[in-house]
Amino acid sequence: MALRGAIVVDTEKCKGCSVCVVNCPTQTIALAREVNSKGYNYAYMASPESCTGCTNCATVCPDTCITVYRIKV
Amino acid sequence: MDIKDIMKPENMVYSKTPVLTSTTMHYCPGCSHGTVHKLIAEVIEEMGIQEKTIGISPVGCAVFAYNYVDIDWQQAAHGRAPALATATKRLHPEKYVFTYQGDGDLASIGTAEIMHACNRGENIVVIFINNGIYGMTGGQMAPTTLIGMKTATSPYGRDPKLHGMPLKITNLIAQLDGTCYVTRQAVHNAAAARKTKRAIRKAFENSALGKGTSFVEVVSTCNSGWKLSPVAANEWMVENMFPEYPMGDLKDR
Repeated sequence: MALRGAIVVDTEKCKGCSVCVVNCPTQTIALAREVNSKGYNYAYMASPESCTGCTNCATVCPDTCITVYRIKV
Repeated sequence: MDIKDIMKPENMVYSKTPVLTSTTMHYCPGCSHGTVHKLIAEVIEEMGIQEKTIGISPVGCAVFAYNYVDIDWQQAAHGRAPALATATKRLHPEKYVFTYQGDGDLASIGTAEIMHACNRGENIVVIFINNGIYGMTGGQMAPTTLIGMKTATSPYGRDPKLHGMPLKITNLIAQLDGTCYVTRQAVHNAAAARKTKRAIRKAFENSALGKGTSFVEVVSTCNSGWKLSPVAANEWMVENMFPEYPMGDLKDR
């Protein structure tokens, strides 16, 4: 049984600190080239197929802008 | 499977707790304050004590904590949060009262208040954010600044002959008979953040049991004050702060 996950980033609240990027065990997250209205490169799911929904990114996010979904497949 | 099929409400495993307000935090990107605020809010939600919790915010960056955690707050003069918490807890013994203080607030100007509140064993929770610097005022040297660490007021690094040694205040507080739980944690990665959350929950539970003061130090970063990126600041903290301020419980009874 495998776990598939997905995250939704509140891109307006994200400050692009990268703490989620280094805490992701599957290198799913990266910072976008685009910026939000504050000028920050926000985090996004760069490789959605590798996300396991472990919630590590959301746990360490200082601005609580990540929502995590997970299913068993 | 399409990603849209995963993003359904019934599959949600983590979302922002309603105890946190939707206000965007004023903290710098990657600041540990945001993570600790979130952990406190999650503990309050899990324990169902939103209506029964009173926080005392300090002077420092976290002075605006009342904008972010949706509970009752008081704001104390610099360093005086434990005195205000003592009064609040004695007037409302059924409430959960906690102070949230930085190292400039707790370990410098507020040393007398924290020592005596802990020694009296007031049934309060103290959350102590130790980043070794005065963040809000522009990165001046704090009592907890490491030897050799460069700050605005020690530009050649902290020199013990000139500035004295770093103050390990948590170790002093562990000696006091009034405290029941003294621990040192961090929030630089997910495992550490989950441990910190358990420590905060235990501290709140101790407060309800009337066991005495619970003291949770969180070794944190101030990446703006340290002049590092958020990720580099976390690495610097693990390398330099942890040997001086080792993780773990100092007291648990």
